Amino acid sequence: MKQLNVEKIRKDFKILNSTANGKQLIYLDNAATTQKPKQVITATKKFYETTNANVHRGIYKISEEATKQYENAHATIAKLINAKPEEIIFTKNATESLNLLAYTLCSGLKESDEILLTQMEHHSNLVPWQQNAKKLGLKVKYAEINKDGTLNIESFKSLLHSNTKIVSVTHVSNFLGTINPVEELAKLAHAIGALFIVDASQSVPHMPVNAKKINCDFLAFSGHKMLGPTGIGVLYGKKDLLEKLPPFLFGGDMIKEVTFEDTKWNELPWKFEAGTPNIAEAIGIAKAAKYLEKTGLDKIQQYEAELTAYALKRMEEIPDITIYGPTADKRGAIISFNINGVHAHDIAAVLDEENIAIRAGHHCAMPLAKLLGVTGTARASFYFYNTKKEIDHFTETLKKAKEFFK
Amino acid sequence: MSLDTLYREQIMDHYKNPRNNGKLEECSFKITDTNPFCGDEIEMFVKMQDKKISGIKFTGKGCAISQAAASMLTEFIKDKTLEEVEALSREDVIEMLGIEIGAVRVKCAMLSLVALKNGINKYREEPR
Repeated sequence: MKQLNVEKIRKDFKILNSTANGKQLIYLDNAATTQKPKQVITATKKFYETTNANVHRGIYKISEEATKQYENAHATIAKLINAKPEEIIFTKNATESLNLLAYTLCSGLKESDEILLTQMEHHSNLVPWQQNAKKLGLKVKYAEINKDGTLNIESFKSLLHSNTKIVSVTHVSNFLGTINPVEELAKLAHAIGALFIVDASQSVPHMPVNAKKINCDFLAFSGHKMLGPTGIGVLYGKKDLLEKLPPFLFGGDMIKEVTFEDTKWNELPWKFEAGTPNIAEAIGIAKAAKYLEKTGLDKIQQYEAELTAYALKRMEEIPDITIYGPTADKRGAIISFNINGVHAHDIAAVLDEENIAIRAGHHCAMPLAKLLGVTGTARASFYFYNTKKEIDHFTETLKKAKEFFK
Repeated sequence: MSLDTLYREQIMDHYKNPRNNGKLEECSFKITDTNPFCGDEIEMFVKMQDKKISGIKFTGKGCAISQAAASMLTEFIKDKTLEEVEALSREDVIEMLGIEIGAVRVKCAMLSLVALKNGINKYREEPR
């Protein structure tokens, strides 16, 4: 397989050349959001400058052009994850996609029905289920994690039974970096007749993800974590399931026929896209998907695996460091860590002095942080525009921080 | 800006040797607060005598800024009245720390004062 030309790729990201106090930005907070290449920025700008109009409305040229581009964006995202265009619903972000599912699916459940999650879920795949369950008297169970941060499959199996109606699992943990065996989990969930949902926010940007092959019923991810704009997310659902599911938001564009008494729903995917959508952002996420495909998601995955293994090796040189999560082969491009004697927030502040951006905190997974016995961690997360040279500077600065706080 | 400007000697001194660290067995009120953004935690114990703060202690976990600010604040408010504490502002805390501070880290710096003011509010509401 041909290697990525990272030097060439970096030229597409103007922000990577920016400096503060003469120091070039080293951006290692990609699990929070990624930077955007000029191709994505140009695509949204071009839309506003040349074809801006509302979609599914006007019988005039630019509205028809806007509609065509907006509908094509669904097809582009469908191709990225091997789905049909009508199975792609645009939302605000993965959080909204998961809320859509929690509200509509839970409304069809009865008391004592169960929802199975894992202990490593992001708040976005936990709070919507927890709150709907509270309202409706449903139970939420959490499959345990092993000491190394991988999912405890035995615990997962033991919590699956005939009352389990929904199973929702992250593909890659935004905290531990753990890659979960979603294909295997889908089989287990389906064997007892439960629906299987994947939070793919940290996987779709970094590796080939095939919704058909996973055989998940629904899958959610955000545009801004995969080179796309903020304000656009995706919900994939199997067509027959989406047809049966009631709408989440009501209003314009999601209707076929409205009388004072009743309403008929529009066809998929528009049934779930009420109101004027984020048209420019949809065009932006489609451009981002094309950029990822052109670069090659298999190459991106391989490059990031090398980068992560290198970072783990370099970080282990630091005295009193604790690295959370599994070994490099079971991990995405995410490393959470603490250095004894230096609070995570101070680590982030010291790195910021070198214009190195990382995250410090609980990473929107407070129950997991509590389980690990930490109030927070520092987290470095990589993307395919990062380099080993950047990781060297990052690890050298960590050593400096440890020395300073000695 | 260098690390020495970010973490002035005085801040590191208070962080490593926090003043008034610990608990008060007998206190007029105590209060806990957290900063969910970075997981800072603080618990403060206040003893009142003749309408003045006669004793103050704190325990906590957190970054250098949050812990140093708490340490400095406890030194500053001893023998002050509750009204004087309530009059303290964000600017006063930043001046105490003596560093420039960004919008996010202000929350760390302010944790102890915010906690203390909440504690005072509760203390005032309690029937005695």
